[in-house]
Amino acid sequence: MASPTDRFYTETHEWIKLQGERVLLGITRFAVDELTDVTFVELPAIGKILAVGKAFGEIESVKATSELYAPVNGAVVEVNEAVKKDPSTVNADPYEAGWLVAVKTGPVDTSKLMSAAQYDAKFNIH
Amino acid sequence: MATRSKFSTGVFLSQTLNLLKTPLHEFHVSQGARMVDFAGWDMPLLYRGIIAEHQHTRKSASVFDVSHMGRVKFTGPDAVKFLNHLLTRNIAGAAVGQSLYSLVCNENGGVMDDVIVSRLEKHHLMVCNASNRLKLLAWFDRHRPGFDVQIHDETMQTAMVALQGPKVIELLDAVLPEPVAGLTRYHCMVQRYMLIPFTVCRSGYTGEDGVEVICGNSTALMAIKFLLKSDGEGAESLLHPAGLGARDTLRLEAGMPLYGHELNETVDPISAGLSWAVAKNKDFIGSKVLAGLAQHGTPQKLVGLLIDSPRTPRQDMAVLAGGKPVGRITSSTASPTLGRTIAMAYVLSEFSEPGTAVEVDLRGTPLAATVTKLPFYKRAV
Repeated sequence: MASPTDRFYTETHEWIKLQGERVLLGITRFAVDELTDVTFVELPAIGKILAVGKAFGEIESVKATSELYAPVNGAVVEVNEAVKKDPSTVNADPYEAGWLVAVKTGPVDTSKLMSAAQYDAKFNIH
Repeated sequence: MATRSKFSTGVFLSQTLNLLKTPLHEFHVSQGARMVDFAGWDMPLLYRGIIAEHQHTRKSASVFDVSHMGRVKFTGPDAVKFLNHLLTRNIAGAAVGQSLYSLVCNENGGVMDDVIVSRLEKHHLMVCNASNRLKLLAWFDRHRPGFDVQIHDETMQTAMVALQGPKVIELLDAVLPEPVAGLTRYHCMVQRYMLIPFTVCRSGYTGEDGVEVICGNSTALMAIKFLLKSDGEGAESLLHPAGLGARDTLRLEAGMPLYGHELNETVDPISAGLSWAVAKNKDFIGSKVLAGLAQHGTPQKLVGLLIDSPRTPRQDMAVLAGGKPVGRITSSTASPTLGRTIAMAYVLSEFSEPGTAVEVDLRGTPLAATVTKLPFYKRAV
């Protein structure tokens, strides 16, 4: 299934969706399928500063543990409590209900990020 | 996202190595299975989802392709003598149709593999781990001089499926020519279906009732399609395919060791809680060391841990007591049946008593845990 075109993607399978001064951040369907059933999501506290390329959290599944890498610089302003309570939300709906954190950013440099078409082409997603 | 996984997957490897394919490969692909490299074989990790397949196995019936496991046939006048030299179990007394779980140890008592050996009418059949097959074949070759025994690796000529779950026996008895309900656990029989022979063993690796079936390569695909259709199709049917992901979480709940996790050449069967599978009345490779360990006790023991956290530790993470390392995790998962995190770990024997409070060091985060008896899950009989 093609990735949503209203956001940007990283090579490490995070997505961001620009929402004015903040971005919503999550992981892709491809990543979720790779992880299999998610059992735990470790997310940063509100106020935590994220730096591009640096690990900011972890996702655990019945199969693996993965680190999450920040696609943008900024401060965490909201954490998806629904995902912390029921980690399978990430499996069920990685692009909407399964978002992870909202980050307050300055202008986002999207030149190093991929479009949905670029991401899908890179990982052979149709 | 960067993944630390026990299964390496084709997608992240970005190149498909020359992986071996089982006779059921086409079936897995047609079912939309996610395939992974497991011990050099392209195997289904899951079809629908690991937890869904796990739960289905506990309440109904699942079929697992386990054709990647090694199947080695032993014939000749010295077959029993040879096997008894290599195996920790005494197979001399085994009746035709009996299967025995056993270990193959090195001279130091380290576990080279865990296997099931079945005595059939004209030969003995050993089922071993896929990852250890070539190592074992070389080991057998090395020890063969002096024994009149023929060893034939039948892995590539045969297929093997595990049918596991509380509904398996009734399901099979509705379609097979001879009932398997009378077959007791760790016993096997050869049956024919339309002249085609296959071996059925009442055994498995899930903690559920069930059988493992070995048949020729050419019949495997037809047989699995026939079985899946025999109780109707779709979500309502009793029998579903399940992958290696569920097989791993099922065996962990059942407290069964997995080679490469609980077992390897640096651990002995006594520490692993498998002294019941080590004969006291015969000489075999490693027997002297193991007799000493059985008599004097081992410095460490395999235990179960109930972890008071939704987090899942990974293999080799430290087990702590009073802040000091006293062991290491071998396997862990969020148990679908218990609804909490479980683990197996080697701990120093003084910390192995059920009820002992320990901690698991998850990269700096301590998780409270309690030592518990294995298994975590036992099916209602």
